[in-house]
Amino acid sequence: MKKNNLILYAAILIFGLVAPFVFPAFKVQLSILCVLIILAITWNIQGGEMGYNSFGNILFYGLGMYLCASVQVGMFFPLAEWTESGGEKTFVHTPAQFFQGFGVGLAVAAIVPTIVAGLIGYSILGLRGHYFAICTLGLGVAAGEISGGIEIIGAGQGFTTPPFPNIGSLEARGEFFYFCSFIALVLTFIAVKSIYSTRFKLVLNAIRDNEDKAEAMGIQTMKYKIIGWMISAFFCGLAGGIMGGLVGYIDSTDVAFDGREMGVFMVLMAILGGKGTLWGPVIGATIFHVFKEGFWTFFLGWQYVALGVLIVVIVIYFPEGIMGWLREKYPERFGEVVDEADRKAQVELK
Amino acid sequence: MDLLIFQAPILMVQASMDGILLGILFALIAYGMALQWGVMNIINIAQGDLVILGGYIAYFMYLYGIHPAWGVIVSPIIMYFVGIGIYKLVINKVVDRDLFISILATFGISILFMQLMNFAFGADVVLANSGYGTTMLFDNSVVLPNSKIFAAVISIVFAIGLVIYMKRSKLGRAIRATAQNARAAKILGVDTEKVYAATFGINAALCGVAGALISITFTIHPYMGLPYTIRSFMIVIVAGLGNLPGVALSGMGLGVFEEFADYILGTEFRIGSVFLLLVLILVYRRFKLSKKREYLK
Repeated sequence: MKKNNLILYAAILIFGLVAPFVFPAFKVQLSILCVLIILAITWNIQGGEMGYNSFGNILFYGLGMYLCASVQVGMFFPLAEWTESGGEKTFVHTPAQFFQGFGVGLAVAAIVPTIVAGLIGYSILGLRGHYFAICTLGLGVAAGEISGGIEIIGAGQGFTTPPFPNIGSLEARGEFFYFCSFIALVLTFIAVKSIYSTRFKLVLNAIRDNEDKAEAMGIQTMKYKIIGWMISAFFCGLAGGIMGGLVGYIDSTDVAFDGREMGVFMVLMAILGGKGTLWGPVIGATIFHVFKEGFWTFFLGWQYVALGVLIVVIVIYFPEGIMGWLREKYPERFGEVVDEADRKAQVELK
Repeated sequence: MDLLIFQAPILMVQASMDGILLGILFALIAYGMALQWGVMNIINIAQGDLVILGGYIAYFMYLYGIHPAWGVIVSPIIMYFVGIGIYKLVINKVVDRDLFISILATFGISILFMQLMNFAFGADVVLANSGYGTTMLFDNSVVLPNSKIFAAVISIVFAIGLVIYMKRSKLGRAIRATAQNARAAKILGVDTEKVYAATFGINAALCGVAGALISITFTIHPYMGLPYTIRSFMIVIVAGLGNLPGVALSGMGLGVFEEFADYILGTEFRIGSVFLLLVLILVYRRFKLSKKREYLK
């Protein structure tokens, strides 16, 4: 078992490292896939493990996106003039400036949303169930509407991120962003996996199963909830920063705080794969992305209709997701001890 | 900034009047949401999209030369059946489930409706012109469109009519019984499945009325649904379930808040301020309840 796991991880890692060279045409798609997986995994930390179904993680994603781009520009040039010129080539980053700015930008994009999550966490996480869901939905939309009215980051006309400097081959831009997102994904996965093997995860599960009892057992639930949300926010911000550079253009409601797309996608991917599992969001995101890219062009113009139908169908008929279905089918693989007679009785009951 | 308001009392009166008339409309939508929330324990994110769909029915009557005010009667009839259809297809499968499931499922319906309306009616902002003219008050300093007054009056008529219907009719009694205790109602011979379907249909019909009125007084657009959902959710949580005078009052309060936010902060922050107010109200209630070691249920 252990050895098989190692082989699996090595195979995925090697595939990830050679993929952009083997499938050069799909570089951008693969980078987006990495970002989607990060979002699904981080959503799962509270949605799946903690039982706090958030529609508002898009807040951290969008915040990270704007912060990364603003820092990258603001470190070297006046930000207001940059956005006013609409990304025209009045100012040009040298390669060194570009990478330096992007690096610092990513750090800021990850850290500031974490702090924001910590600050608002105490107020917001006191809400439970559907109140939390609606409140975070409101937060995400409010952030989009308000950032669409702020002049310095481009208001309604959008913010063009610095263009990639002219170095080496034409492929360099795609490869750079692919490796950024892939490394971020690997870091996220390692971090989340190691978190899931600690007591912390058990506390989160206790909060999900019965928060009052967890509190009665002497667990400071609020502290753990806030930490869980901050971890989510950290990786969401990081993913947002990378995505901003990759897309190259930030609009308040269509790219950054896009509750109708990205905000729903991350929930849907985690549920499709199976909430509350490590691999569920990864599988869910991969299947969802393949489906989306395969059928979006086919449904051209009808993609939101397809998305709406997909949400309804998944939620009604498939709420346990792929991992939940597998778990029911092959419980032994998940380390559950099954009594043969009991199982037979259950099959007969069905 | 707030000095401006005190220096301009006329503007203040104008904003308050607009806000109150607008708020009555919001209260009508919120009433529908409170009804289905109380009876079926479902939060319908697609509420606003039902409103917009009702508005488009009135708009199309206007396009074909019928006076849009007749939409107030036609739109709820059509929307009642739309509501029953949605219930039969989706909602009856999520009624007994976790609340988050129903939120997500209705979110899916909302996205679906948004896009279908975008295809069917185009992405333009439209309004149905009622040609009712305006009323001038206080020496022509405060301008009130008659269509807004008409909308407020019709909303009040429908709300009162529904309250009486709920109190007097057999179905109304069954709905109230189901809201109190679905299981006991079932034992006593109430067909709860039918009650749920009727509740959702009535809610959709109310949305249809409100939508028709909105298409006359304001503008409609396929993507404008979500703010109406959030507004009605907010009104319901401020007033509490089953508190009708509270719904009316907090609806008007929200309307006035919005008009003032519009004047003071600017129109681009209007929707943002509504959503931010929702967050603030929830957080306020959370802190108030946590003093008693309780939480919002």
